[in-house]
Amino acid sequence: MKNSVPLLKRMRESRLFWPIVAMALILLVDAIFAPGFFKVGILDGHLYGNIVDAFNNSAPLMLVSLGMTLVIATGGVDLSVGAVIAISAAMGAVLINPALGNKLITNDILTKDATNTPLWLIVLATLGAGTLCGLWNGLLVSRAKIQPMVATLILMVAGRGIAQLITNGQIMTIYFTPYFWFGNGFILGLPVSIYIVALVFIIAWVLVRKTSIGLFIESVGINAKATYYSGISEKNIKLFVYIFSGFCAAIAGLILSSYVHSADGNNNGLNYELDAILAVVIGGTLMSGGRFSLLASLVGALIIWTFTITMYTFGVPANALLAGRAVLVLLVILLYSDYARRLLNRIFSLG
Amino acid sequence: MTLKIKNFIIKNAPLLTTITIFILVFIMGGVLYPAMQKPQVFFNLFINTASLLIVSIGMTFVIITRGIDLSVAGMIAMTSAASAALLAKGANIFIVVPLMLVMGITFGFALGCIIHYLKVQPFIVTLMGLFFARGMAYIITLEALPIKDPVYRMLALTKVHIPLFEKTYLYIPSLIGPILLIIAIYLSHWTRFGRTVYAIGNNEQSARLMGLPVGRTIITVYALSGFCSALAGIVWSISLLSGYGGYAPGMELDAIASVVIGGTLLTGGVGGVIGTLFGVLINGTIVSLLQFNGTLSSWWTRIGVGLLTLIFIGIQSIFYMRRKHA
Repeated sequence: MKNSVPLLKRMRESRLFWPIVAMALILLVDAIFAPGFFKVGILDGHLYGNIVDAFNNSAPLMLVSLGMTLVIATGGVDLSVGAVIAISAAMGAVLINPALGNKLITNDILTKDATNTPLWLIVLATLGAGTLCGLWNGLLVSRAKIQPMVATLILMVAGRGIAQLITNGQIMTIYFTPYFWFGNGFILGLPVSIYIVALVFIIAWVLVRKTSIGLFIESVGINAKATYYSGISEKNIKLFVYIFSGFCAAIAGLILSSYVHSADGNNNGLNYELDAILAVVIGGTLMSGGRFSLLASLVGALIIWTFTITMYTFGVPANALLAGRAVLVLLVILLYSDYARRLLNRIFSLG
Repeated sequence: MTLKIKNFIIKNAPLLTTITIFILVFIMGGVLYPAMQKPQVFFNLFINTASLLIVSIGMTFVIITRGIDLSVAGMIAMTSAASAALLAKGANIFIVVPLMLVMGITFGFALGCIIHYLKVQPFIVTLMGLFFARGMAYIITLEALPIKDPVYRMLALTKVHIPLFEKTYLYIPSLIGPILLIIAIYLSHWTRFGRTVYAIGNNEQSARLMGLPVGRTIITVYALSGFCSALAGIVWSISLLSGYGGYAPGMELDAIASVVIGGTLLTGGVGGVIGTLFGVLINGTIVSLLQFNGTLSSWWTRIGVGLLTLIFIGIQSIFYMRRKHA
């Protein structure tokens, strides 16, 4: 009698149900008020349109939310992702042209479409810088036993300073064309960033669902002490998730700096920590840790950007959009609160 | 007597460390840059950190109850923008200022209600508050609005000379922080409200079982923080004589860092507003050190504050672990 549970209820208990409902609501509003929203065309052999934009723009956020999901699943939080994005972006820009920060050098050297460092080394160093930041966070949390919020707050405050230190306080414009591929390139008509997200997602998914790491992460999130006593190295699990989060933020930094052709210590990845947490929460992972869903977090990130692009379509100025995003958070909070759920369940069970 | 002193030192170790570090940093500055020895430099700290001190006081109460308020900087921006817009329309300052304060209290009250009744983490709720307040400020005005009100100008430009020290002065808005601090000290140590705040931070469950009004206190704490940030917003707009949605970027972090440097534990229940004063002063001293140096760039402030936070958290966790083992 497995099927005795009604389909509607089974759907409602799925982790993906609420995020998808939210997504559908936003798309419904689009369909009614902005019929042009769904238009997808082909330009120079690439797909373009709002939907493609939503995917392309949300790629960095998706990556960051993947890392954030695992961190939050262990009961922690990583506030430093925005700063890590800035650090890795700065790293990439500096390696492309070490003279960029120097005002004394002539303009044609600065704007040269060339680099002294091979591209693979740039990518490696960019990712390495972010991973190192993650390692630092992980060591503070797992070895020094500092509360995750505080431990990552340190890098959040200091990180943007470090990024500016790397770029010598300049906003560095990048002129090296092959570097732009990560943020602006296309494979088979789709943006490269989508493939990168898919790749990282698959790696993460295999790692947490096909090995025992995912189970360990959940058990650390539910009860770290019990996990320790059952012989699992809870320290290393925590270390791993922060390193992974740093790594994801570094890829996001790579894509972002390549997308905007510049590295700006103050503004690269601004508010990303907040958006990533929001994406994870929309995805239904509890801030207190425990069960998590990577896919739901991706949908959460996509919701945030679809919402943003929708608002742009309606002509809401970018700055005022913050208030709109706040309303979105409020809705999510209400939707996920126990009271609202109980009420909804009652309505559903009546029907 | 020596035992008493020893006990006093052990009891107030984090606070004493903060004060010692503040004095050390300040003396170091004085040795490095003789111009920093002037007493006015010390008073400049109060002028420069006027808003930060006010929000940090509100933040201290929130953090003692084990919460966090990320909305403070947004509230400053919203208050400055709203008051500038109202004043530009010709509203009376004696209506505008109380209105702003009531707005701050209402805002904090609403956040507190969501936190308490819907049981959502303070972190997320106040984050929403931050977005909302900044967004509202931008909806009010997309560019900085100047304030031409004569009373505001008077408040901003009147120097208050300090007795005992020659040639030293403060501006009127920078006096608000210290006055609020005295009220906050009284509130936290000698009132039922203050005791309840500490009790909730130490253990919410037992506070509830003791029959303390947990919900009411938590909501009050957020309303208080909202009030403080609105007040800070007024102080901010007085000292800059304008209002804009982008003001005070990242000040919530500075406030949290100052509170932590001041010896308040983010796990709640331990710490106090006196420490916060010194946390804010240390923050201000680092900034003025950089200004006196002149060649170091502004980003060293962030790195310096980050490092100091790290050191303090290190010290705190050592003390905390010791107390646990004892």
